[in-house]
Amino acid sequence: MPHSTERKSADRTSVLAAGALSGKDAIACRGITKRFGTVVANDHIDLTVRYGEVLALLGENGSGKTTLMNMLSGIYHPDEGVILVDGQEAVINSPVDAMNMGIGMIYQHFRLVDVFSAMENIVLGTKEKRLRDKELKEKISEICQSFGLEIQPEKRVYEMSVSEKQTVEILKVLYRGTRILILDEPTAVLTPQETQKLFQILRKMKEQGCAIIIITHKLHEVLEISDRVTILRKGKSIDTVETAGTDEKILTELMVGKAVSLEIDRPPVNHKSPILKVVNLTVKKPDGTKAIDNISFEIRKGEILGVAGVAGSGQKELCEAIAGLMKIDKGAILYEQENIIGKTPAEIIRMGISMSFVPEDRLGMGLVASMDMVENMMLKSYGNGRGPFVDRKPARELANRLVEKLGIVTPGIDTPVRLLSGGNVQKVLLGREIESCPNLLITAYPVRGLDINSSYTIYDLLNEQKKKDVAVIFIGEDLDVLLELSDVIMVLCHGKITGFLDARKASKEQVGLYMTGAFSQEVAQ
Amino acid sequence: MDLLIRFVAAAVAAGTPLLYGTLGEIMTEKAGHLNLGVEGMMSVGACAGFLAGYYTDSFALALLAAFGAAAASALIYGVLTVTLMANQNVTGLTLTIFGIGLSNFIGILALGRSESGTLKLPEGITAQMRGAGIPGLRDIPVAGPLLFSYNAFVYIGIVIAVLLFLYFGRTKSGLNLQAVGHNPGAADAAGIQVTRYKYASILIGGGICGIGGAYCAMIINGGVWVSNNVGGLGWIAVALVIFANWKPLNAIGGSLVFGALRILKFYVPKSVLPLPNAFYDMMPFLITALILVVTSMRKKQNLSLPGNLGNHYFREER
Repeated sequence: MPHSTERKSADRTSVLAAGALSGKDAIACRGITKRFGTVVANDHIDLTVRYGEVLALLGENGSGKTTLMNMLSGIYHPDEGVILVDGQEAVINSPVDAMNMGIGMIYQHFRLVDVFSAMENIVLGTKEKRLRDKELKEKISEICQSFGLEIQPEKRVYEMSVSEKQTVEILKVLYRGTRILILDEPTAVLTPQETQKLFQILRKMKEQGCAIIIITHKLHEVLEISDRVTILRKGKSIDTVETAGTDEKILTELMVGKAVSLEIDRPPVNHKSPILKVVNLTVKKPDGTKAIDNISFEIRKGEILGVAGVAGSGQKELCEAIAGLMKIDKGAILYEQENIIGKTPAEIIRMGISMSFVPEDRLGMGLVASMDMVENMMLKSYGNGRGPFVDRKPARELANRLVEKLGIVTPGIDTPVRLLSGGNVQKVLLGREIESCPNLLITAYPVRGLDINSSYTIYDLLNEQKKKDVAVIFIGEDLDVLLELSDVIMVLCHGKITGFLDARKASKEQVGLYMTGAFSQEVAQ
Repeated sequence: MDLLIRFVAAAVAAGTPLLYGTLGEIMTEKAGHLNLGVEGMMSVGACAGFLAGYYTDSFALALLAAFGAAAASALIYGVLTVTLMANQNVTGLTLTIFGIGLSNFIGILALGRSESGTLKLPEGITAQMRGAGIPGLRDIPVAGPLLFSYNAFVYIGIVIAVLLFLYFGRTKSGLNLQAVGHNPGAADAAGIQVTRYKYASILIGGGICGIGGAYCAMIINGGVWVSNNVGGLGWIAVALVIFANWKPLNAIGGSLVFGALRILKFYVPKSVLPLPNAFYDMMPFLITALILVVTSMRKKQNLSLPGNLGNHYFREER
C-alpha cells in the first residue's frame, strides 16, 4: 500500500516519538534511476538512512547527489526504482508530499521570503489555523529549546546573517514535524564556529531520533559529524562505509576512483616590493552604507593574498573597486605606484589587472551564458582585430588550447557555456583570465561548488601563476584551502579589515574569530 | 465651499474606474505577475458589462458579466505566462491590444443590430446603479454629498479595497500569496500550490479590472455606448499600483488624486488659469511619468514590491 498525500501531517510530538524508532530504516532507495535526455544522472542508486543516525552523502560534482535528494523532496520523479519511507513504498510527487511523510530538505540556496519575518517564514504554507503571534512564539521557542536553537521570531530575513537564515530553515522543517532531514551543503557559507553550532544542533536531533542526510564536499566534516558515508560516483552508488573505520584518503579514493594527493603546494615568495597598494579605501553601496570601510593593504609580486570573510563582508565591492567597476568614495589604489582610480575598466585591464568573480549562480559575471567558448574568449579581445570586423581565429585557437590544457569537458567549443557543468564553466572563466597574462589576478570563489578534482586543478593553476610572479588576490570560502594556498590571509568583517594573518602559522579557529569580528588585530595586540 | 464639495464628489466618481484597475493589478502583481493588459481587460469588462446591462436590465448581472468576461481574458494571460511561461510584458501588451479591439468590434456589431443606431442603457438599470447614494444619510450637509451620494460602483470598490487589505494582511492565504510573489521557490518548498495561487490571483485581479471597465462604459458617457470608452485609464492604473506601493488602501487615495486631475479642467475657471484643455488631459499621464521617476529614485529596499515580479517560475530550473 503506497504512501499518499492523504497521510496526515505529522505533528511535532512525533519528532520526539521517533526516538522509539531509532535504528529502523527511515528511507531506503532501491535501484533509483533518473535520466535527463540521454544523460543518466542517477544509475540504479541504493541508499539507506536510519533513524538516529547521520548519513553523509559524498560525491564529486555531477555525481548525482542533488538529483537524488531532489527526488526525495519531491522536485523530480525517479524513472525507475522505488523509495521506501518507513518501510512502505512511497510516491513523492511534490514538496508537500515529502513534508507529509516527514521529509524536510534544507537547500543550499535558502528558500526563504526575504521580506517576511522569521515567524512568518516558519508557518508559511502550513495547513493549520493561523495562530496568534504569542502562541506561535511559544510554540517556536519550545522547539528552539528542545534542539538548542536561537532565533528572534520577529526579525526579518533580509536583516539576518547567513547562519540565522539557516536556523530559520531548520525551524521551518522542525515546525512541520520533520523526522528525516536532508541538508545540501549546509556548511558551505558558515564560519567554523557557526559550523560547530550547526553540528551541535544536528547531534541533538540525532539523539532525539531523527534521520539526517548531509551533503558536503568537506571531508573533515564528514568524518566529524556522520555515522556512515555513502559515496556516489558518476551517478552510481559506489559504497557505503562506517565513518569510524575510514579516513580522508580512503574517502577521496572512493569518490574520485583513484588516489589523489591532497597536498597543496606553496612556493615561497621572492619579491619584496608591492605591486598593488590600497590606501584608506572606502566604497559605498548604492543605498549609502559603507561596503568597504577605510581599508589599507598591499600585495607583492608572486604572492597569494587570501581574503577570508563571511559572505557579503565587502569582497565583491573590493574586487569591483580594483577592477574599476565601482565608484570609489575615498582612498587610493596604487598599481606600480600609479593611482588607478578614475580609470575605465578597459584601461585597467590593459595595465595587466584581471578579475574573475564567480558569483553564486556561477555564471553572472564574466561569461555570457548563451554564447559559446569562442565568443566568450573574444569578450576580452574584441578590440584586437583590425577595422570593424572580428577575427575569430585567435579566439578559436585559445579556446582549443584551454580545452586541452585544463581538461574542460565540453561537446565542442561551439557549445553555449551554459550547457557546461559548473566546474567546466569556472575553468573557462579562469583560463581566459590567465591567458591574458595579467600581473595581478583577482579571483573570487573560483572553486565555488567544485569537487575535489576540479578544485585542485584550479589551485595548481593559481600556483603556476604565482611562480610566474603574478600577484594573486584569492577570495575564498573554504578556510582550509585559504590556509593552505595563501601566503597572507586578510580577514574582512563588515567591510573592515579585522586582521592580517600569516597563513603558514594561523589556525582555522583564529581566522573564524576574526571573521565574526569577535577578534580584531587592534584588540589582539 | 459648494464648488469644493462638488469637485471632491466629481473626483471620487472620476477616480473609481482607476480604483478598480489599480486593485485588480495589485492583486495580480502580488502573485509576481506584471499584467500590462489592464486596459484590455477593462475594455472587455466594459463591453460585457454594458451589453449584459443593456439586454437584461439587471445591475447584478452586468457586474457579473463584466467580472467574468475580464477574468476570462485574464485567463489567456494566465495560460501564456504561468503555464507556458511566455514573456509577461509582451503578453500583457498583446492582451491590451486584443481587449480594446474585441470590445470595439462587439460594440459595433451590437450597434448594427439596434434599431435606433445607438445603444443606451434602459431606465431600470440606470436607476439601480445610480441609486444616488444612501437614503437618509445623503441629505446630511457637507458629509452627505461628500460621503453618501455616490453610485453603487464607488461603494463596491471601497469594499473590495478593504477586503483585499484584510486578505493580504490578516489571512494565511494572503500571506501565502505574497510568498508566491516574493519567492516562488520558497513558497513551493513550503508546500504552497504556486500555480494555483497564481491563476487565482490573475483571474480575480482581471475580474476586478473588468468591473472598472464596466464603470467606464455604463456611467461615464451617461449610459450610451461609445467605442474606446476606457480611454487609457488602464495605463494610469498600472502606474497607480506603484504609487500606492502595492497597498489596497493607498489605492483609494491614489485614485482619488488622479480622479481629481482628470476633472480639474471643469473646475478651474479659464479666467484664472488660461490653460488649454489638452494640458489638463495630459496631466494624469505627466504625473504618472513623474511618479515613476520619483519611485525609481528611491534607494531603500522596497518591502512591498513583490520580489519576483515579472519572472516566471519553473520548479526544476536551478
